[in-house]
Amino acid sequence: MAIVIKSNNDIIESEQKEYTTLNLGPTHPATHGIFQNVLKMDGEIIVDSEPTIGYIHRAFEKLAERRPYYQITTLTDRLNYCSSPINNMGWHMTVEKLIKAEIPKRVEYMRVIIMELSRIADHIVCNSVIGVDTGAMTGFLYIFQMRERIYEIFEEICGARLTTNIGRIGGFERDFSPAAWAKINKFVEDFPAALKEFDKLLMRNRIFMDRVIGCGPISAERALNYGFTGPNLRAAGVDYDVRVATPYSSYQDFDFIIPVGTGGDTFDRFMVRDQEMWESLSIIKQAIQKMPSGPFHGDVPEFYLPEKADVYNNMEALIYHFKIVMGEIGVPKGEVYHSVEGGNGELGFYMVSDGGRTPYRLHFRRPCFIYYQAYHEMIKGGLLSDAILTMSSMNVIAGELDA
Amino acid sequence: MNEELKTILLDTLKSTFGIDIVSVESPYDFITITVKKDKVVEIVSHLYDHEKLQFQFLTDLTASHYPDDKEQLEVVYHLHSLVNNIRVRIKARLSIGTPEIATLTGVFAGANWMERETFDNLGVVFKGHPNLKRILNVDDMIIFPLRKEFPLEDQVRLDKNDTMFGR
Repeated sequence: MAIVIKSNNDIIESEQKEYTTLNLGPTHPATHGIFQNVLKMDGEIIVDSEPTIGYIHRAFEKLAERRPYYQITTLTDRLNYCSSPINNMGWHMTVEKLIKAEIPKRVEYMRVIIMELSRIADHIVCNSVIGVDTGAMTGFLYIFQMRERIYEIFEEICGARLTTNIGRIGGFERDFSPAAWAKINKFVEDFPAALKEFDKLLMRNRIFMDRVIGCGPISAERALNYGFTGPNLRAAGVDYDVRVATPYSSYQDFDFIIPVGTGGDTFDRFMVRDQEMWESLSIIKQAIQKMPSGPFHGDVPEFYLPEKADVYNNMEALIYHFKIVMGEIGVPKGEVYHSVEGGNGELGFYMVSDGGRTPYRLHFRRPCFIYYQAYHEMIKGGLLSDAILTMSSMNVIAGELDA
Repeated sequence: MNEELKTILLDTLKSTFGIDIVSVESPYDFITITVKKDKVVEIVSHLYDHEKLQFQFLTDLTASHYPDDKEQLEVVYHLHSLVNNIRVRIKARLSIGTPEIATLTGVFAGANWMERETFDNLGVVFKGHPNLKRILNVDDMIIFPLRKEFPLEDQVRLDKNDTMFGR
């Protein structure tokens, strides 16, 4: 049994000692993104750290105050770009909540399929990168084929792969094509074997376990106090999941469990994400099986672009088309908060509308931004190499961090 | 929202902080309480420690700017009671001349960066904050960009009419 070095928060800075200052970042290949940490090192032990963020701040909240509602979807793409469909649909649902639109069951089920696929893609990135950072390249290379397959499904449905802009306010721009269904079914068929292979490579691997167990832990109390959500909070042992707490998009129709960990360390985060992939797969299967028939978009003519043929032949459709494109639609005044379970946790949209063509104020609650502030506490007293692992297991995405 | 808990929430706030509650609304079924700014920390701590309610999770902290109002800045807190699964929104108004409000970092460690972001974007000064400096924008920025006096379009352009093309 290897000796596990636990982080020691009682580490005392001494006057006699000489410390080394180490700049980790802004563009360090091991941090997978642009953020800087100025570390104060005692040999290989981290005594203190000072994070700097904001290197890719793009002022989304300000930009959103100038854009009509349908144009904001592309901004949400660029928050957590590993699972952009969840952000897109979270935004669509926020607007639908504001305008009190009724959405057909079929749309909600289609959204569930897309959102769970992107959750799988998100967790694949995070978990396989934990493998890479511990020195295991194989799992990453194998499982990324499955991520590629998910991106092909997105491509079939909306034409884009990474920054998807998938769906519209009110539903989808078109129904899933037979080719898309074939790809989804093939994915559901093939994914269990691929994930099982990945699990076999890492999960009970002695070297991997010795490396990640006890690395970068956080207690449930601290995690809650820091505002953790998503897999990182569940790894600490709190069973909070937005899909269950405040069900949206018909999640109450599906049967799934919320995996929780105990220690909140890197291994727990890895395991929680791994189990969530299995649960997501089960949700996708249930959604395919129960898929109701019906229209693929709701009846929201003021937001959903009419058929192109109608625009040329039908006056009402032409008027709506013009109004939507020019942003002259009537939006109710109001204040909404809507949240979805993103890849990293509770992705919230706080929107104030004053009845104008754009939101008066839009604030994104970005899970990364909120839990990354605990990072300095989690790595204190640990080794530098553990800090790298802790960061990759927290799945800090620069786009979401900096908005 | 659970009606019983809603009653408990409003009763405890009214009995303990009667005069400090400015208004109670419920837009889109989200209970929203506007309070006086110097009582925010007390009220949040009270809701945190309340044995039944247990609002022990800070979901979000932000602010908005309403230039036409007398007290222009509005700080918005979203609290969540994970035990009861109810949410509450607490608001406080500040004047733009003295945009000061007490920090919530003593109750929630997670408020640290949220308050820094709010300071960075809207210039709300959180008194007692351990490290109140800019977080997303460059350090030498002298404005607070999310305030409404800074419109997005280039102001020297005359071909853009704001009444036709948005705010």
